[in-house]
Amino acid sequence: MAALIDENTRIIVQGFTGKIGTFHAQDMINYGSKVVGGVTPGKGGQQHLGLPVFNTVKEAVQQAGAEASIIFVPPAFAADSIMEAADAGIKYCVAITDGIPTQDMMTVKSFLRRFPIEQRMMLTGPNCSGTISPGRAMLGIMPGHIYVRGNVGVVGRSGTLGYEAADQMRMLGIGISTSIGIGGDPIIGSSHRDILEKLEQDPETKLAVMIGEIGGPQEVEAGKFAKENMTKPLVAYIAGLTAPEGRRMGHAGAIISSAGESAAEKVAILKDLGVTICPTPSLMGETVAKVLAKM
Amino acid sequence: MNIHEYQAKEILAEYGVKIAEGGLAYSASEAVQRAREIDGSVWVVKSQIHSGARGKAGGIKVCKTHEEVKVAADALLGKKLVTHQTGPAGKMCSRIYIEAGTKIAKELYLSFLIDRSTERVIMIGSAEGGVEIEALAESNPDAIKKIYIEPAVGLQDFQARKMAFALNLDTTLLNHAVKTIKGCYRALRDLDANSVEINPLVVTESNELVALDAKMDFDENALFRRHKIAELRDNSQVDSREVAAAESGLSYVGLDGDIGCMINGAGLAMATMDMIKLAGGEPANFLDVGGGASAERTEKAFRLVLADKNVKAMLVNIFAGINRCDWIAEGVVTAVKNIDMKVPLVVRLSGTNVEEGRRIIAESGLPIITADTLAEAAEKVVKARNEKVSQMSKGE
Repeated sequence: MAALIDENTRIIVQGFTGKIGTFHAQDMINYGSKVVGGVTPGKGGQQHLGLPVFNTVKEAVQQAGAEASIIFVPPAFAADSIMEAADAGIKYCVAITDGIPTQDMMTVKSFLRRFPIEQRMMLTGPNCSGTISPGRAMLGIMPGHIYVRGNVGVVGRSGTLGYEAADQMRMLGIGISTSIGIGGDPIIGSSHRDILEKLEQDPETKLAVMIGEIGGPQEVEAGKFAKENMTKPLVAYIAGLTAPEGRRMGHAGAIISSAGESAAEKVAILKDLGVTICPTPSLMGETVAKVLAKM
Repeated sequence: MNIHEYQAKEILAEYGVKIAEGGLAYSASEAVQRAREIDGSVWVVKSQIHSGARGKAGGIKVCKTHEEVKVAADALLGKKLVTHQTGPAGKMCSRIYIEAGTKIAKELYLSFLIDRSTERVIMIGSAEGGVEIEALAESNPDAIKKIYIEPAVGLQDFQARKMAFALNLDTTLLNHAVKTIKGCYRALRDLDANSVEINPLVVTESNELVALDAKMDFDENALFRRHKIAELRDNSQVDSREVAAAESGLSYVGLDGDIGCMINGAGLAMATMDMIKLAGGEPANFLDVGGGASAERTEKAFRLVLADKNVKAMLVNIFAGINRCDWIAEGVVTAVKNIDMKVPLVVRLSGTNVEEGRRIIAESGLPIITADTLAEAAEKVVKARNEKVSQMSKGE
């Protein structure tokens, strides 16, 4: 199995019958992901895209053997859906929804912490593009065709910048083991550090790439983790060299609010921690190629 | 979303925080009227703009007569106030708050905010108030007390007492302090605020605890369920281009450079701006058109970028996932035809249906410069900008 999902992972879609859920469920099925049904409360018992619809996540787990879930529920109800998935025994959940209130995410994280670690659902997102293990399964909304299967693990907050990285690598013939979007919100399910831990454990991943942004302490924490715990090399790019202080750059999380949060400061700290820095966003592919060549 | 001081004070007063008697005015005569309604012999006239550090910038005036109130109001209303937080453009002051003067015995600092790394609300206090907390954090970090609040159980009385003791408050003020501290926390939690800051919180000569200033910032994502808060929005305090962008569902931040940008995705937008800078240019804006960029939205984005008269060249960089390059290309072609574009345009498309998108641009017959990679796009737009600038200087 790849770092988080593979072709056998049994997936359900929460917010299955809505327009967005329907579109992306079909896209994931076309890619080869094992979608086994979906959840829309009140529509249980119906069929959608030739698959069963359940009223609750619990039923989907019991009757369809669901292990992973992807959330397209609108922002006002998304936190509740994530907690329902955790309660029902889902192992891995991707929340795509953009616009979930910060305090709702604080509640979600507090709820998840109540579970013992070995029973705790892993969450990535919200406000992310999802997770893909190229050629095996896609649990997300990315353009699957730009990803080639290989040995580089990628973690990033941004969707389209992750596509850019995948595309640059594909042009150089470099494939990806798993690419994970962790989302641009201030409070998210898994941090860069959490994902690096998974990539370090994943036998298919030889090298990890972290695509970071201004704002928050996450990239630096991940760099410290890599220095202390990782045997695999880490390449990083931090977006936002030109971002002014105190302004929110699209992502609610992308705001420089205290010392150490600007791109230049993060780059300097990561360099000190021994991380290979990708100096410009157009050199993500080449930087990875250079590090791979030395291995 | 930020709100004004007087609005934050009204909210906090409902949650049991003591504030000085005060009233809002839109004109000098109203200001005098407010002063007459307030007992005492000293009034403070405070400009209401979305910025801290108003005092240093001359936005807060202490007055001893009604005539002085009138003069102060005239000096502030209708003027732009420049503080070190507003940037050189400053912010328009169209309302002022008239408050009874407070006899201060001691200034303290108190704030609450959502801490991203611990995913909890953090309460920050200091017995050294009235200064900027960032400066204090550097000069004397030991003077700052931080207490983390467990979201599931909320702020407990013992934590509030711990803070009150850290603020060196007299025990006669303990109950009042607990009420004030818990009130601020409840306001943050009940109303989906990102932060509440009282700087300074003062002990008066008559031994009362009063919020002399108040600042609240709210979660935009939660405004759908906080209608009363949403009504407090004051668009005069926000860049008009950002207001127009928000109405079209676009995310825009105006910057000081002259290369206009339209990009999908916040991360790619930041990376593209970095590339422009590395190529020797300066971006005029951050603009994320998001997913599902329709032709209509593309045109709106173009108009927004080009409304900035500084723009000397424009770059469109789209990596289509949910979007499709052919849709974007059609939107770009329509926008260029509908808008009389006076500056060069560089378009870089990648991702879903890229060949089709490139064909549409090529066959349009429009003078659009195309690029295949991010680096090429940045180089071409900077070159086009430089040519435009040298043309313009020759024209003059």
